[in-house]
Amino acid sequence: MSASTAPAGTLYSHGGDEWIVVQLDEAMSLDVNLKAQVITRALADLDLPGVREICLSNASYMVRLDPDVVNPAALVEQLKEIEAQSTDFRSITLSTRIVDIPVLFEDEWTAATVKRFRDRHQRPDLTDLEFGAELNGFSTTDDFIDAMVSAPALISMIGFVPTVPWGYQLVPEDRQIEVPKYVRPRTFTPERAFGWGGAFSAIYPVDGAGGYQLFGLCPAPIVQPAQTLPDFRDSYTFPRPGDLFNYRKIERPEFDEVRARVEEGTFAYRIEELEFTPADWFARPDETVASMKELLYGA
Amino acid sequence: MALRIQQPGLMTTVQDEGRSDGYRVGMPPAGAMDKFAYRIANGLVGNPDGLAVLEATYLGPQVEFTEDTVFAVTGADMPATLNGEPLDAWASHTARAGDVLAFGFLKSGARAYVAVAGGIDVKPVLGSRSTYTLCGMGGFEGRPLVAGDLLSVGSGVDGTPGRRMDRDLVPAVSGAVELRVVVGLASYRVEPDSLAAFFETDWSVTPDANRVGYRYRGGSVEWVPRTQPRGAGSDPANVVDIGYPVGSIQIPGGSEPIALLNDAVTGGGYATIGTIISADLSVVGQSKTGDVTRFVPVSLEGALAARRDAAVRLERARASFSS
Repeated sequence: MSASTAPAGTLYSHGGDEWIVVQLDEAMSLDVNLKAQVITRALADLDLPGVREICLSNASYMVRLDPDVVNPAALVEQLKEIEAQSTDFRSITLSTRIVDIPVLFEDEWTAATVKRFRDRHQRPDLTDLEFGAELNGFSTTDDFIDAMVSAPALISMIGFVPTVPWGYQLVPEDRQIEVPKYVRPRTFTPERAFGWGGAFSAIYPVDGAGGYQLFGLCPAPIVQPAQTLPDFRDSYTFPRPGDLFNYRKIERPEFDEVRARVEEGTFAYRIEELEFTPADWFARPDETVASMKELLYGA
Repeated sequence: MALRIQQPGLMTTVQDEGRSDGYRVGMPPAGAMDKFAYRIANGLVGNPDGLAVLEATYLGPQVEFTEDTVFAVTGADMPATLNGEPLDAWASHTARAGDVLAFGFLKSGARAYVAVAGGIDVKPVLGSRSTYTLCGMGGFEGRPLVAGDLLSVGSGVDGTPGRRMDRDLVPAVSGAVELRVVVGLASYRVEPDSLAAFFETDWSVTPDANRVGYRYRGGSVEWVPRTQPRGAGSDPANVVDIGYPVGSIQIPGGSEPIALLNDAVTGGGYATIGTIISADLSVVGQSKTGDVTRFVPVSLEGALAARRDAAVRLERARASFSS
């Protein structure tokens, strides 16, 4: 039986015989996610026998392996070597893209869901948005929304159900928004709901269970199995690890207009290619974010 | 050749080995919940490995064969009949055009498998014909079968009627389930006494038990108090969102553990305390609401030994009917 003390550093853990979960840190930070991105890329480049899949997570990563090909304990030793070889995670340059993600906050669909599952919430007397605002010290929900759209989110993990992007906002740690997940997960969340759990924003691609606080609804899809929209021609999934999602508050007319374009098959995301060097952001966070937005929307 | 679904049963889906790729973008494997019964069903009818079958949960379907073929039924003890005549499970049989396969009430286990020579021929989605129930992808139109569905069957396999697996190799299924677990992940988050008690508790499978996951009731765990790390959220059951292995056990709120299974979410923000070993995932798939379940800690070496034992059992079972 494991000790009940928190791990001092990286925790290598066997998930049964077919998985290894590597927790690089208990806490989330941009640094730890950059570390996970560097290690998982190095691991992929090695193309080790028996490694079936490499799953990037926020402050961790996971390996799905074939124990008939590689001994899980031996693989952990290799993973430790890879970790020891990687040291500098800020001066990397991520070739990525910044994407405009319109969000209708306080929409009627997520509002109905929020109401339906009050019995699973910490504060049944508040909406999720009111709860998040109060918890993070905002006097109004509008101020809270402004903070959520103030800087883009780095996609630090993809999963839950196909294509859910976890977004870690590019603001200094003292400005990070943080909310708990529901006490007990909901059994329903509407398709394209925008939410927040822990320090992460997320979009629910399809109807399903979920535990994040729900704040709004996106008009545009992030998964499209039919692959008819221009952004989905090459892949049924839209988000990629390392993307920068810039959430933008919209009103109902724009929501309806985007929905119509999605329905007629003409919608395309506003996207700009970008070379992101984390060291720049660490040195000048607000200026770096401002120039990212300028690149996306023009001066 | 096709299967015409006259009655769908409670929850019947098309399944195969499942997806081997896509977990990194959130696509779980899906696939047969009881891989042993699934593989034997294919073997009995002479199918190559990996062809798709029907997985019927709790209550079997009523299925008409539109042409002569060979089929087999394995898995849960759910007495099968062909045109009303009792039929041996774990054996392959000839069916004539118009014959109807039906099932009686479930006696033990949870999931029965029906393999047909040539396999169920739905269009593969992302490398597999398996139905991913949580998001409605793959399989037959991404959903459980309904009356009136007509399922194409592949050609190119003649079928091997009259095969019969050795009775002694039929897995024992009872209402008392033991699942071996490699303890790890965030188990350090649980008070040691409480973690020990977790493995001494008689857990009961709740009605919330399906291909996505099984929820259990019967006890609770105490979390080690801590200042929550940045990004995790304030509830002690929360962690910074992390990947979930198939078979991993999480305990949202500290009560009602959930074992995540073939169609589960691939990651999230609840602390997980360990993972059911691959050799026992079939056992979960044959457990049902109300079954008493014990989680038993096992070492990695123990998990690997169990995996080898399972492979030997499968080979022995296959050898018992194919020469």
